Amino acid sequence: MPMKIDAKLGLDVFKLDKEPHIVIDTEICKTVCTDEACVYVCPADLYEKDDQGRMTVNWEGCLECGTCLICCDPRALTWKYPSGPFGVQYRMS
Amino acid sequence: MESVECIVVGGGLAGLSAAYGLAEAGMEVMVLERGDYSGAKNVTGGRLYVKPIRGFYPELWDEAPFERPVARELVTMMADGAHTTIEIASDRFTAGKPQSYTIVRAKLDRWLAEKVTEKGAMVVPNMKVDELLRKDGRVIGIRAGDDEIGANVVIVAEGVLRLLSSAAGLAGEPRAKHHALGYKEIIELPAGVIEDRWRLNPGEGAAQFFMGECTRGMMGGGFLYTNKDSISLGMVVGMEAMRSRRDGTESWRLLDEFKELPQIRPLVAGGTVAEYSAHTVPEGGVSQVPRLAGDGYLVAGDTAGLSLNALVTVRGMDFAIASGYFAAEAVKKAKAAGDSSAAGLAGYEASLRDSFVLKDLETAREIPNFMENPRLFTHYPKAVSQLLESIYTIDERPQAGLVKKAWKGARRDFLNVATVKDAWSMRKI
Repeated sequence: MPMKIDAKLGLDVFKLDKEPHIVIDTEICKTVCTDEACVYVCPADLYEKDDQGRMTVNWEGCLECGTCLICCDPRALTWKYPSGPFGVQYRMS
Repeated sequence: MESVECIVVGGGLAGLSAAYGLAEAGMEVMVLERGDYSGAKNVTGGRLYVKPIRGFYPELWDEAPFERPVARELVTMMADGAHTTIEIASDRFTAGKPQSYTIVRAKLDRWLAEKVTEKGAMVVPNMKVDELLRKDGRVIGIRAGDDEIGANVVIVAEGVLRLLSSAAGLAGEPRAKHHALGYKEIIELPAGVIEDRWRLNPGEGAAQFFMGECTRGMMGGGFLYTNKDSISLGMVVGMEAMRSRRDGTESWRLLDEFKELPQIRPLVAGGTVAEYSAHTVPEGGVSQVPRLAGDGYLVAGDTAGLSLNALVTVRGMDFAIASGYFAAEAVKKAKAAGDSSAAGLAGYEASLRDSFVLKDLETAREIPNFMENPRLFTHYPKAVSQLLESIYTIDERPQAGLVKKAWKGARRDFLNVATVKDAWSMRKI
């Protein structure tokens, strides 16, 4: 059985920011986006739709690779690095 | 506004290399790193080709905390239920001063940051730069939160995403077509087990690439590097290829599938996954290198797009270190001349053009286009594997002669319009 992605992320050291560093303009998702690339390109599996069908991102587990940002053609993402001491802190990569 | 001679944005290999050279020359330099320490936000496959950069700061590389010198190179071509591995071993890979080492960024960058600090530069961790400050077209400093710091020159080594340099109009935003996603697991294994599994002398290392069905035909492949007491097992997949798929295969699932393949499972058996990481890889080649210098700034490392994936040799960190070195040289000259305008810093690009960095990227100019060919990641690995499999297959039927068998497979898989076209396109690379 492959390790669950959540369990893999659980191995990483994260320092949680108070505010999300990724903000989704769900209106753009709804009106412009056709392929929902974020859902399958994200290597941490952080993107999913909520009950109302709005795209959400569990930014707390972000590996800061930026793949979602680069692949989001409709430009629905406001994407910054986490501020100051926050975000993922790799120890052995 | 408080001011220093030089600010380096990003304490990775490019930024630290630049800071080392500047601090050595007695210049006032401040490195701003957003991680807890240098290397905390960095990911490599990975391997550093040290040979090209030994001449820069030669005192550093003999004591650097590398993992293993790479003595054995392996390429595995995968077909459905079969695979062929080519192994390249040479005494010359490791004789004297080895040409390349596997590395872990959290160790190497952190160590280099200490060396830079010893030389007198200030390396500030946990400091995210929010903006490059410009005035009349010139970069005059940075803003981090509410703090603004001025500098005669800002060396922008912020990494591949170019968030700051693109916002300031110094470089374009990264595009899917020119980038790949690299992601990996660090799997802990005892050193002795690693050496047994890859038949290595104590302390030596291996690098292995996997081409074929593991990416389901998308540009990219699997990789495996042996560290001291762990292995890095991961994949690199082209973002454009990934995005243009419509079957909804998640990137992370590809790695899980890869790890479960019968040729991978025994390699990682008994190992403990210790970390999972991901990073964007620039793969656009020389055509995507932005303007390298302007009034008051230089760009280096991944920000400058200095990386080269030539299928089985993957470089970038050597270019980063070299670009940092040349950036420092240019800034020192600019200081001596009292001119940190684009003209005063022009020596930077000239040095890069004169060196292996832009020469090798120029030579490989056509490779990114060539790699868009999906047959490279589907047809060929499979065809090679199947051809060899047919030669090694004996069953109850009378066997065709060796040459006939080989010719039959070769004619079918390597002599058709598509492959002849591919061979023709290879003349440029």
